[in-house]
Amino acid sequence: MSDGPRVPYLSILGTLIVALMLTMMPLPEAARPFRPDWLALVLVFWVMMLPRGISVGAAWMAGVVLDVAQGTPLGQHALALCVIAAVTARFHLQMRVFPVSQMTAAVLALLSLYQFLLFWINGVAGVTAPAVAYWGPLITGTILWPILSVVLSGIRYRTPAGA
Amino acid sequence: MAGSYKKSRATKTPALGLRVLALVVLSILLMLLDRRNGHLDAVRQTIGAAVYPLQITVDAPSRLWNRMRDGSASRNRLRLENSRLQIESLVSKGQIQELAALRAENDRLRALLDARERVRGEVRVAEIMSVDANPYRHNIVLDIGRRDDVYDGQTIIDANGVVGQVIETGLFTSQAILISDPDHALPVEVNRNGLRTIAFGTGAFDRLDLPFLPNNADIRSGDLLVTSGLGGAFPPGYPVATVGMVNRIPQEPFADVVATPAAALNQVREVMLIWHRPSAAEPEAAETAAAGEEDERR
Repeated sequence: MSDGPRVPYLSILGTLIVALMLTMMPLPEAARPFRPDWLALVLVFWVMMLPRGISVGAAWMAGVVLDVAQGTPLGQHALALCVIAAVTARFHLQMRVFPVSQMTAAVLALLSLYQFLLFWINGVAGVTAPAVAYWGPLITGTILWPILSVVLSGIRYRTPAGA
Repeated sequence: MAGSYKKSRATKTPALGLRVLALVVLSILLMLLDRRNGHLDAVRQTIGAAVYPLQITVDAPSRLWNRMRDGSASRNRLRLENSRLQIESLVSKGQIQELAALRAENDRLRALLDARERVRGEVRVAEIMSVDANPYRHNIVLDIGRRDDVYDGQTIIDANGVVGQVIETGLFTSQAILISDPDHALPVEVNRNGLRTIAFGTGAFDRLDLPFLPNNADIRSGDLLVTSGLGGAFPPGYPVATVGMVNRIPQEPFADVVATPAAALNQVREVMLIWHRPSAAEPEAAETAAAGEEDERR
């Protein structure tokens, strides 16, 4: 990537905050299980594009904040997010050159891993949740990815140099 | 960053693996510490205070919408509502007069029986923020927190009955679990005859399960369930639900009983928090309270 070294930290922080707010945004009860994993999607994008600028550490911190905001055990989302950030960082070169369809499939795999980790931790902690709470976000997140990646690319390249 | 980006790829992968491993271990440690109650309250509160502005922002549209709706309400509707509320207030006041006499009588009788005086809690109104919390639970976020002396396990009611209990207190906000959460259990008794049992949440807002009632239990459709106060987490005597269907199955040891919560769990915006701490009064009570709380949170 041509402007690899330039990391638009402000834009990244902004998009992460917006993602967090979308996660907290009230939804009608029927739609709640289908809320996409905004934070996971945004993190996957930035880690894929700029693995040197933002990686597992940032993902972990975002996860801790999400845990506090959601009232989940401290570390649950942090663990899941840092693991998918690591997988993304490991395969970022392959993922970047994928066509949209394949990239979306890769994101589906990442989101599945994310939900599986959350499910697993819930199981250990003894939290029972309906199955739709796990596969709902997968569907909407995957559908959303192509649009979201375009939007985030727009934000990335519009950022003035050095911001 | 500009320099490090050009570094060779070979050094990157092991470092990444190590970092992930460290963070995963750290996460697991955090979760373990978090489970052993309260070691990380300070961390939670610090981050929670940082998240608070975001919660306010997320909550703002619905708050604004409510205000606008109130502002644009027609004069006529307001007048109607006002007169209705006045009548309601009059009726409630009338009922409270009777209650004062009953309360005095009850205190006298309890004194005769040498029973401990009932703790009556102070009540305060809180607003439910339009912020979605834990996706795996029936949780709500309240707009008052530790700053207003909210404590873990505090009982929340609305105008009609018990709504839930506080499970986590931040500085400015707190999170509460509703009685409809599938992991929530609440000690109740039948108001008519004092039959004690436990009401479990089902994940549906309009249904509680009472799984531990034997087939010959004296319970029928329409019975009012009130908190029994056993376990110490909830003050006794608050309405919880009305028994709906009682299905006695001869082959099974327990009857199939469901109840409808008295509180409008998914409609309320204002709730009341009760300050009531019987567990501090007696060590014995505190012990059962701790056991009960564990039971209730499971």
